[in-house]
Amino acid sequence: MTAVELGMPTVAADPHGHLRGTESFPKAAHHALADTQLRRNLGHATRTIRAKRAAVVSEVDDWEELRRAGETIKADTLARLPELLVQLEEQVTARGGQVHWARDAEEANRIVVDLVRGTGADEVVKVKSMATQETGLNEALEAAGVAAFETDLAELIVQLSHDRPSHFLVPAIHRNRAEIREIFLREMPDVDPALTDEPRRLAMAARAHLRRKFLTAKVGISGVNFAVAETGTLSVVESEGNGRMCLTLPETLISVMGVEKVVPTWQDLEVFLQLLPRSSTGERMNPYTSTWTGVTPGDGPQTFHLVLLDNGRSNVLASPDGRQALHCIRCSACLNVCPVYERTGGHAYGSIYPGPIGAVLSPQLTGISGTDDVNASLPYASSLCGACFDACPVRIDIPHLLVQQRAAAVAAHTRPTGQDLTMQAMAIAMTTPGRFKLAEKALGLGRVLAGKKGRITGLPWPMSGWTNARDLPAPPAETFRQWWERTHR
Amino acid sequence: MNAREEVLARLRSASVAGNPATPVVVTREYATTGQLAPGSAEVLARLDETLTDYKATVTRVATTDDVPGAVAAFLGGARTVVVPSGLPEAWLAAYDGEVRRDGPPLSVDELDAVDAVVTGAAVAIADTGTFVLASAASDQGRRAITLVPDHHVCVIRAADVVCSVPEAVTRLDPSAPLTFVSGPSATSDIELDRVEGVHGPRRLDVVLVGP
Repeated sequence: MTAVELGMPTVAADPHGHLRGTESFPKAAHHALADTQLRRNLGHATRTIRAKRAAVVSEVDDWEELRRAGETIKADTLARLPELLVQLEEQVTARGGQVHWARDAEEANRIVVDLVRGTGADEVVKVKSMATQETGLNEALEAAGVAAFETDLAELIVQLSHDRPSHFLVPAIHRNRAEIREIFLREMPDVDPALTDEPRRLAMAARAHLRRKFLTAKVGISGVNFAVAETGTLSVVESEGNGRMCLTLPETLISVMGVEKVVPTWQDLEVFLQLLPRSSTGERMNPYTSTWTGVTPGDGPQTFHLVLLDNGRSNVLASPDGRQALHCIRCSACLNVCPVYERTGGHAYGSIYPGPIGAVLSPQLTGISGTDDVNASLPYASSLCGACFDACPVRIDIPHLLVQQRAAAVAAHTRPTGQDLTMQAMAIAMTTPGRFKLAEKALGLGRVLAGKKGRITGLPWPMSGWTNARDLPAPPAETFRQWWERTHR
Repeated sequence: MNAREEVLARLRSASVAGNPATPVVVTREYATTGQLAPGSAEVLARLDETLTDYKATVTRVATTDDVPGAVAAFLGGARTVVVPSGLPEAWLAAYDGEVRRDGPPLSVDELDAVDAVVTGAAVAIADTGTFVLASAASDQGRRAITLVPDHHVCVIRAADVVCSVPEAVTRLDPSAPLTFVSGPSATSDIELDRVEGVHGPRRLDVVLVGP
């Protein structure tokens, strides 16, 4: 397990971890759009999941009431976040767990690395977790000489192919079955060379590959879907049983959660256990949901650590509107319905949180440092069609947040951009009729530029910002005002 | 300031800046009872349907007297089964292989060597095809025994069958570990289509006792 994370920033590069890519969304999207295989894979997968989700959501008569409950439970949680976290800490501690707090990704990684070292283990098994993807924990463990084995099938595919995740739920959504077969044949030392690309056979290969690791691992690392403040109960929602393996068989369990994952009461799970599976995998219920409270003598890990991660969440909480992004339960429904995500895939967003929710969450978590900040381009990765809001099980008004983050991106400008200059020039031209008339005269030049083909395909900066992405039609031979003057005077 | 104090201080000042002016009212207008009565013939029929839909095999029996025959039929040629310490002995009366009680606890390697596990369940949810295993219940046992063996036979009593998720959550005590099981282990990670059979038990059989 060396050089697992090729192409990702190193651990020390950013204390926030993997919340920023290296190029702006429009640039990254251009690369993605050129990859026809990627577009085919994404189109197929998102069509499949949209149909499944629609079918199981239509079975639930009180779906809208459940969405409203999910929304208000999350809003209530955020309004009482500090007290609920203290309550969670008390309950987990009372039940034999140990709670740690981390200001940022770097600190969370340091805590986990030290805990793993303390056990003497040089390997850990991991169940898919967005929080540890966010912090870049695997690289930190590797740097400390600890091999981290991802056990979720899609995470395993990503890890074996030295790739990056591109979806919350199915990090290898950009790979089809034939590509997965090739990765397994190339990277699994003990794989059957007669492996076919039948999904069931691929799943069996993953089972065989990880079986001994599960049965012998000393340390498991997980994320958390919901943490109940009232009882100190944590839960992990999964499909394959790899989560159960990591949560049950090791001697030590370390769970890392963003502070917003807390919910006030056990009863609240009756809402989220209905909303999450139907929205994410389009199932009435996912195959396995595990809940545990501290340490249970005779059952499961006898040492339990919970790491509570801030990493920018307190910035988001300070915004009365923006904090809605913290309602997210990582179901990925908004990715699957987004016409932009469906074409570009997750890598184009840079941050490990892609899609509509990522486009509003990532820039809020990191803050926008200026015009060159690649995260400033994310709120524009949307047509504002609103499909994400309709699909969101906790009613996050993502279109509103996208507009708000566009405003924040503009406010972060320290010097005028091409668009600012163009808008200023237009403001000058449009404030008096005389100036507007002069500007109209200049349109004749556009007809020359357009030539016989009738389209303008390239303009100099700052107008190149427009023509890089689309053609301009040739201006008409006569404007309305010119026609009016000619025929009515 | 240590990390705990600093994170809490940041969150408290963010609360001052971002909290709504009036307290949030949580709206719970969703249904807390299901459309079918708990334990009824209708709710059992629905559970049968949803379990089967997610690739569990269901045998319906009228009374507990019929459980041993149904369990033995599911176990078929299994040479060894593990059972939690408090599983009714009668349930395995018709099975002629080796029965290992998990008390004292078997090692992981011993569990890996058994062919199947037989348990009861705390509650089952008809709407979703789910049953819940409570680690504190003596006929369900610690989590590892239903995880490592490749074949799970679960006996569900009519009295424990409810229609909806809220009805089940109310009945459960979260202080000991719980596992919600809906079908055999599966994955949607290849092209977002569900296929059964990954790390958990690949075969799931249910004996449903009642009308």
